[in-house]
Amino acid sequence: MASSAVSTSTAHAHDTHHDEHEHHELSFIRKYVFSEDHKTIGKQFLFTGIFWAIIGGLLSVLFRIQLGFPGADLTFLKPLLGGWITAEGTLDPEFYLAMVTMHGTIMVFFVLTAGLSGTFSNFLIPLQVGARDMASGFMNMLSYWFFFVSSVIMFISLFIKTGPAAGGWVIYPPLSALPQAISGSGLGMTLWLVSMALFIVSSLLGGINYITTVINLRTQGMTFSRLPLTIWAFFLTAVIGLLSFPVLFSAALLLIFDRSFGTSFYLSEIYIGGEALPNMGGSPILFQHLFWFLGHPEVYIVLLPALGITSEIIATNSRKPIFGYKAMVLSMVAIGFLSFIVWAHHMFVTGMNPFLGSVFMLLTLIIAVPSAVKAFNYITTLWKGNIVFTPAMLFSIALVSFFISGGLTGIILGNSALDIQLHDTYFVVAHFHLVMGSASFFGLMAGVYHWFPKMFGRMMDEKLGYIHFWLTFVGVYLVFFPLHYIGIAGFPRRYYSFTSYDAFSSFTDLNMFVSISAIITFSAQFIFLFNFIYSIFRGRLAPANPWRSNTLEWTTPRIPEHGNWPGKIPTVYRWPYDYSKPGAPEDFIPQNVPLSATPESNLENEMEEAQKEQVAAH
Amino acid sequence: MTTQTLEKNSTSFSMHPKKFALWLFIVSVIMIFASLTSAYIVRQSEGNWVQFELPAGFYFSSVLIVVSSVFMHLAYLSAKKDLFKRTQALLLLTALSGVVFMFLQWRGWSELVAQEIFFVGNPSGSFVYVISGLHAVHIVSAIIFVLVVVYQSRKQMVHSKSLNSIEMCLTFWHFLGGLWLYLFLFLVLNR
Repeated sequence: MASSAVSTSTAHAHDTHHDEHEHHELSFIRKYVFSEDHKTIGKQFLFTGIFWAIIGGLLSVLFRIQLGFPGADLTFLKPLLGGWITAEGTLDPEFYLAMVTMHGTIMVFFVLTAGLSGTFSNFLIPLQVGARDMASGFMNMLSYWFFFVSSVIMFISLFIKTGPAAGGWVIYPPLSALPQAISGSGLGMTLWLVSMALFIVSSLLGGINYITTVINLRTQGMTFSRLPLTIWAFFLTAVIGLLSFPVLFSAALLLIFDRSFGTSFYLSEIYIGGEALPNMGGSPILFQHLFWFLGHPEVYIVLLPALGITSEIIATNSRKPIFGYKAMVLSMVAIGFLSFIVWAHHMFVTGMNPFLGSVFMLLTLIIAVPSAVKAFNYITTLWKGNIVFTPAMLFSIALVSFFISGGLTGIILGNSALDIQLHDTYFVVAHFHLVMGSASFFGLMAGVYHWFPKMFGRMMDEKLGYIHFWLTFVGVYLVFFPLHYIGIAGFPRRYYSFTSYDAFSSFTDLNMFVSISAIITFSAQFIFLFNFIYSIFRGRLAPANPWRSNTLEWTTPRIPEHGNWPGKIPTVYRWPYDYSKPGAPEDFIPQNVPLSATPESNLENEMEEAQKEQVAAH
Repeated sequence: MTTQTLEKNSTSFSMHPKKFALWLFIVSVIMIFASLTSAYIVRQSEGNWVQFELPAGFYFSSVLIVVSSVFMHLAYLSAKKDLFKRTQALLLLTALSGVVFMFLQWRGWSELVAQEIFFVGNPSGSFVYVISGLHAVHIVSAIIFVLVVVYQSRKQMVHSKSLNSIEMCLTFWHFLGGLWLYLFLFLVLNR
């Protein structure tokens, strides 16, 4: 390390660089709207994500009302839903399907992909690797605005006369390919496809930037083995996205051709109203292969950032090094790799060869291994830690709970034989809402509570945070646990009503219970919303390092300007998990503290490195 | 600017960020065509697959795209030697051969139509149109890229000390040429 000469020359260079930043003030539009600053873009993703989460949550409450109270008089919703409430005061069955579809699409893509990855990858990658901004601020800005336009189009589709897309978030053809099939497959489906095409462009622009930044712009000393687990998670997420979103693009492209140009990639031998369609030779299963080649990795695109965020929060608030750093990284790599070779477990009942099914079953069950490694490491990190129960910490611990209880049912569903009974029942709904939906949502919440001080320079109210946490945590289990029983009993998902069949007339009370829980849980989110908005303006001023954390973002000023560090970018000398190191006076040593400054706590090999540091400094 | 140098020094990976981003973009393009060609195989294995001859236009265009890559490479070599006029001429030749390539692809499509293989019909034909069409869209973007580099060269922005943009253009052009050869070979071998 010939850092001495370099650092003096750069100290000077940084001064001039810094001056440049001071002197040109950006206009309001460049600073807050078409901003190229990663922190502003991260916040833009967060606000848009919260907006979508409210819409997505509201939709789920609306269709839960129908499921819990079938046939109830919903005339009071007329001002909101207008023509979708029938003359008898009940919900229009086709609009029910549209709401289910939009709930899935919004939550998976707009909230848990863009809202989670978009927010925290943008906000944290440059701050935690020690970079002034993303590799390309312009591409980053484009990424947000593509997402914004995509959002606007999806939002408009909610209000058109024929209703939004209604074929399920997986948009299987032929249902989604034929406008005459249901009204939602008309203009609503077209808008869905346009919106998703723009969304894919946005994801790719963002992902390319995240990967480039992590690989090219790390500060001095920030080796891969010193990266915080958050960065590892965002990095792997972006890699998975880069490999899988283009495949969704292909699937959507062929579907567009089938819908609008009359090709037959997915369509064959279909009669509608007794009339034969001209399409011959297509295969609807082909769409499922293409869709789930994205669809399954997408699950991990949603989950991995949440796992990264909570790893960081749990280590910080347990005041202990993360247990098994390398195992955590390797298991994320393994999960990422395996996610590409398990897609057909979504298709066990499509008539595929049962021997092929057992191959996919085996690969699927292998995912349990890295997942279990992660769960064990979370628990062993917590074990005998000096746990600080901040709201972020509670949300992180709850994620571990959901990850385990939802993951267990994954082992059941991964069996191709058991899947025959459970496929497309509420058991599946319960499984993925716990392990993917709630776990990722709690990761998102944990991230907001933890990094709010860095985003807005103020603290969120803790008491409201605790109330929000307990209502949501208990609420989520009350909503999704009963669904397992309803699923085992054979209730299929996406049905408008069960009361027309005697076999399904049981469980109405349980469905009612679930619906009431869902309404309470949804209402509890407004506590968060109030806390969030109020704290942006009126929250207590945040100290420099409120959680006594080691990572680099806490070495920036209270509200970092464009360029993040006013002076030189800090150099990194150690990994990010030096918590409660024996001998150290404090229970944390930030990454930018040289080993030579902490002789009292250095391990033997670190003493050698400390000496090298000193030689380099002289 | 020295800050940039330090930030570059500090990482073990020395490739220019923009170049690296281009490679990542290439990865996503590879994934699109990998998925389309796999879809082709999956669909083909299900039977009901109309067989036909690939048009002669595709054979000619495959030769031409190799020639265009040679032009592109010569342009890059002359940019390295600061021969501005020569660079621009060769880049324009590259762009021109890109346009002729597209024309030959179009002729190929006309030949398919003459064989009664339409875009709408059995997927075996539709796939050929989609794969070659989507590739042509990428060629359009590459031609625009080449013209941008011509403009930069006229403004003296591309020379032996500043080769970044022409190097990226070179990578992308060679990639699209290689991609077409793969696609063409794939279509020849899987009919």
